[in-house]
Amino acid sequence: MVGPNLFINYGEAVAVILFGIGFSNLLLQKNLIKKIIGLNIMDTAIYLFLAEKGYIAGRVAPIVVDGVQEVEAYINPVPSGLVLTGIVVSVSVTAIMLSLTIRLYRRYHTLDLDEISMRLKKEGL
Amino acid sequence: MKEKKNNAFTRWFYGEEDTLLDKVEMKPQKEYAPREGEIRELMKEREMLREQIYDVEDNHKLRLFHKMYQIAAVIFCLTLISIMLVTVSWLPPNGDPDNPVNNEVSARYIESGLQETGAVNIVTGMILDYRAFDTFGESNVLFIATVTVLILLRLDKEKKALAKPGVPVYQKPVDELTIAKAQADDRVYEPKNDVILQKVAGFLVPIIIIFGIYVILNGHLSPGGGFSGGAIIGAGLILYLNAFGFEKTERFFTEKTYKWTCFFALTFYCLAKSYSFFTGANHLESGIPLGTPGAILSSGLILPLNICVGLVVACTMYAFYVLFRKGGF
Amino acid sequence: MRGIMQIFTCILMGFLVICAISVTFSKKLLNSILIFMSYSLVMSIIWMLLESPDLAITEAAVGAGVTSVLFFVTLKKIHAMVGEDNDERKEE
Repeated sequence: MVGPNLFINYGEAVAVILFGIGFSNLLLQKNLIKKIIGLNIMDTAIYLFLAEKGYIAGRVAPIVVDGVQEVEAYINPVPSGLVLTGIVVSVSVTAIMLSLTIRLYRRYHTLDLDEISMRLKKEGL
Repeated sequence: MKEKKNNAFTRWFYGEEDTLLDKVEMKPQKEYAPREGEIRELMKEREMLREQIYDVEDNHKLRLFHKMYQIAAVIFCLTLISIMLVTVSWLPPNGDPDNPVNNEVSARYIESGLQETGAVNIVTGMILDYRAFDTFGESNVLFIATVTVLILLRLDKEKKALAKPGVPVYQKPVDELTIAKAQADDRVYEPKNDVILQKVAGFLVPIIIIFGIYVILNGHLSPGGGFSGGAIIGAGLILYLNAFGFEKTERFFTEKTYKWTCFFALTFYCLAKSYSFFTGANHLESGIPLGTPGAILSSGLILPLNICVGLVVACTMYAFYVLFRKGGF
Repeated sequence: MRGIMQIFTCILMGFLVICAISVTFSKKLLNSILIFMSYSLVMSIIWMLLESPDLAITEAAVGAGVTSVLFFVTLKKIHAMVGEDNDERKEE
């Protein structure tokens, strides 16, 4: 059932483990700030996975030196472009979530999600 | 000087009338209650809630549900990790040049990238020439995020809000929420005019900003580009704000600066890329020269677009920080 | 030489996993944000080892810079709302 490449692909395996850790942070922590940190860990784990898919052993970064333009000299540049956009979107999402947390705190004076749902239930929402 | 026409658009444009006034908030927010008796009252209320909702008969059920939820979450995460590890083990080996990922798309980008875009850095040429539309969407995402944080965290100035008689209750700030008080709350535990911080920042901030400008301008020749350079400039501005306070920073970076910078950067990007799409789709020759690869003024439109993206990212990073600290520009 | 770089990468990735687990289990919020900052920095070094310098510069400036600063400012806003006389309600 387990395939042959588990230890050669150790980068992807670590990325998947980090994704799982981030996701369990998101589900199991009670504090809102730690949930947001968990979401950020998930984000960077996925970017690590994408960057690993673009790596080719023995070749250099995709910047043309000395006019060498064969395909055999550079790594794959496509996943690098995808991740570059993703990093900046991830910081935007984090900023929005943190501002929502500040507003929630001003209203309910707590950071515990159980208590916020208790108060919502009391107010009848 | 021509007079302003008085219609709904100019009223909205100059900020006199807010069309979203009654329509954004779902219900009026509770006013910020004073601090003195509230802490004890909140704790009493918390105990009362805990007794009423965590009832004696429901206590057992609620605890059981809580434990079941935690166990189910742990099992689910472990199952997810193991399924994905099995998938990873069946993937083609890492670093192999014969992977299906390395197909003809990347071959085309590497082989003809320099001739078609003029950029020595293949990744920059890819995201600002072949796939420039995605970068445009991403700049828009940054702008929308800033507007969202502005809606959530903005504090109105006291004079402007109290001057209008018909303003509804939650728009008029209760005394504790004006900008001056928020700023005082924020800095009450900080040492003001810290000499070490000011001397070090006075030395470092010009270096950081010059380095950021270098990274933006050399985006097509070396690693970097608009995003990295913009983030570096944003970080330099944040350091300046921390060291020297809000009054000195407002001498050169006000809300008007932010508005017009973002507006011009995004509009220029849109117009430049529309011109490129138009001439490319109709098989016309675009009149923008590609130059010699390796010089700064080369690669057609990539240099102006890098500058636009860098400006938007820098303004966004700074705007996030200022909105979190002070609630306004 | 390739073996040494692989061992170095393995050590760095082990450090990443340890950072992620200790963010889960730390009691104070300030500690978990500092550990997250170092996680972001080590991630930037790993991307440099994977031959993508654009990503490394961007992640170093954004992850270990702006995102962590935003977390610290949020913490400060939340503490400041409560005040200094209510210490046991500051964390969690």
